[in-house]
Amino acid sequence: MPILQIRQAIRDAMKEEMERDERVFLMGEEVGYYNGAYKCSEGLLDQFGAKRVIDTPITETGFAGIGIGAAMCGLRPIVEFMTFNFSAVAFDQILNNASKIRHMTHGQFGVPMVFRGPNAAAHMLGSTHSQAFEHFYAHIPGLKVIAVATPYDAKGLLKTAIRDDNPVLFLESELMYSVKGEVPEEEYLIPFGQADIKRKGDAVTVITWGQGVPVALKAAELAAAEDLSCEVIDLRSIRPMDEAAIIASVKKTNRAVVVYHGWPTGGVGGDIVARIQELAFDDLDAPVLRVCYEDLPMPYAENLENLILPSPERALAAIRRVAYKR
Amino acid sequence: MNQSEAAPDAAAETALDPAYEAKLRADYEGQSREDVLRDYREMLRIRRFEEAAARAYTRGKISGFLHLYIGQEAIAIATKQVMQPGDRVVSAYRTHGFAIALGSEPNACAAELFGKAAGLVGGIGGSMHFFDKKRGLWGGYAIVGNHIPVAAGHAFASQYTGDGAVTLCFMGDGAVGIGPVHEGMTMAGIMKLPIVFVVENNQYSMGTPLKRTLPVEDITSRAAGYGFASDRFHVTSVQETRRRLAEAVDRARKEGRPTLIELITYRFRGHSMSDPAKYRQKEEVDRWRLNDPLERTLVALKTIYQVPEQDLDGIDEAIVAEMDAAYEFADKAPPPPPEARFENVMAEGPYYGDSATTRPAGVE
Repeated sequence: MPILQIRQAIRDAMKEEMERDERVFLMGEEVGYYNGAYKCSEGLLDQFGAKRVIDTPITETGFAGIGIGAAMCGLRPIVEFMTFNFSAVAFDQILNNASKIRHMTHGQFGVPMVFRGPNAAAHMLGSTHSQAFEHFYAHIPGLKVIAVATPYDAKGLLKTAIRDDNPVLFLESELMYSVKGEVPEEEYLIPFGQADIKRKGDAVTVITWGQGVPVALKAAELAAAEDLSCEVIDLRSIRPMDEAAIIASVKKTNRAVVVYHGWPTGGVGGDIVARIQELAFDDLDAPVLRVCYEDLPMPYAENLENLILPSPERALAAIRRVAYKR
Repeated sequence: MNQSEAAPDAAAETALDPAYEAKLRADYEGQSREDVLRDYREMLRIRRFEEAAARAYTRGKISGFLHLYIGQEAIAIATKQVMQPGDRVVSAYRTHGFAIALGSEPNACAAELFGKAAGLVGGIGGSMHFFDKKRGLWGGYAIVGNHIPVAAGHAFASQYTGDGAVTLCFMGDGAVGIGPVHEGMTMAGIMKLPIVFVVENNQYSMGTPLKRTLPVEDITSRAAGYGFASDRFHVTSVQETRRRLAEAVDRARKEGRPTLIELITYRFRGHSMSDPAKYRQKEEVDRWRLNDPLERTLVALKTIYQVPEQDLDGIDEAIVAEMDAAYEFADKAPPPPPEARFENVMAEGPYYGDSATTRPAGVE
């Protein structure tokens, strides 16, 4: 099976969908002549031309809105944000137009499109460029929110996203674009709403997604050395969420830790804890813990950033705590 | 051009004023009686629809925000007349006029204001979110200025698919300062999209006159910065508005060049029903009334076309009856059923929420 980087898997997904459907186009800053700020669109301009691989000025509200307006006409836009931090500039378009147009037009219009790009902290980018946006977008009915951590998942889920008839927020990771993995040559799609068990275990359930996945897997490895067997569930799809997979695992392990990028207050992590306590209260042997950013803006200084980020060591500490092994 | 909040030059004290009459005759030169009667009827339908809305609001039948178009009707009528099948109108939250002009059913429009299932958008949108796709009404947007990039996206789709359609994007003078307007226009200019941007300058951004919200008097001075053509004029008649809108629509369709048009107009009601409009003097409103396109059309019909008073009364009475019937229909129409709230959230069908823990009782 070919080994690809995540960036190549993303590129291949877009390429295949653009070959398959002329309504699909890619729009964003530097996606064309520059081949993508992170090279996710390498070669697409050459193959599809400037009509379908469209460089935009720095106007997130402008091109997000153009994508929405085009999707309402039946096209299937992929809008790339150079980072999801810049999606904040287009937040109104996503919140008030993309997510609501089907509803407020009583189904006269739909918005079949994908917003994609890297999400969450990378390395020493400071507070404005180190934020996790699933916590904002997963709050909004009408949207779907996907986060990927392997080339296989990236390709299969992005193809699904492009074919989905709803607006999909597709979250990647700047630090993980070079992560390699097997990707089948034949076509495959991964349905939304299905978590993937990235590591089997029976003592503690670790729920994670996106950039949290390598942290959780490393922590599980460290825990295994202490005879603590962790089951690592990669949600992949945050909205819709595979609640059944979470609950099935928790009913087996009776303990859960949520590992993710983003702040603790008001986010997806707290939502997962709420679901677990309601659906598996009697199965729990310990409080569910979250390992995420400290509740602070991200500093530039490397030592301070490392203190704030969720680390395998912090995740391990939480795993020990829920297992009452200190 | 005059100070934006001042009345046009043609203002005169009465319809009998010779200067007023001369201008009126010049404006209606070459217009057939049939066409002018049609324009009058169409404008009056909007006005009577909205007057009925105001009454229903006062009686507590309509809630939320209700922004009336009274005084600006000629714009919607002229727009309808320059559109070809497939062309799109995208507007803000003062949109009843466009709906009626484009042929939306008054019953459906009134039912929407009443929050009823038979409404234009099922009672889901209310006054600020009118959409009627098959008649070319593409919104209906209530966050000021956020429809400008969306409208540019419609025009982009026309360019992409070659459907030949033109998008006409309307906004108020109060919108021109907000960011999405700039970004959407920048994109439309750089992509050479088949679109016409029309600012309906009705003098007030809610209660604030334009001179306090814009550093220059002429909104179209911005057109050069986007590579657009531009036009700017007082809206005093349907025919003149139609002629000049048609030029811009033609330019969009044939050359793919956007135009920014500033239409100087006036709304006779407050910003919304809760606004008594105390920020302006009665004298100002009276001056503008002399140039109300609907009033001028009526005067033209009486003086130039010699239409008998009883014929005009008959037209009015028929329209009032039509609109009364629409509001009667809306009043009696049933509200949306409880399960309507699950519809059109997601493309796949009824949606009950993402978690089993928070779904309403009785649904899976």
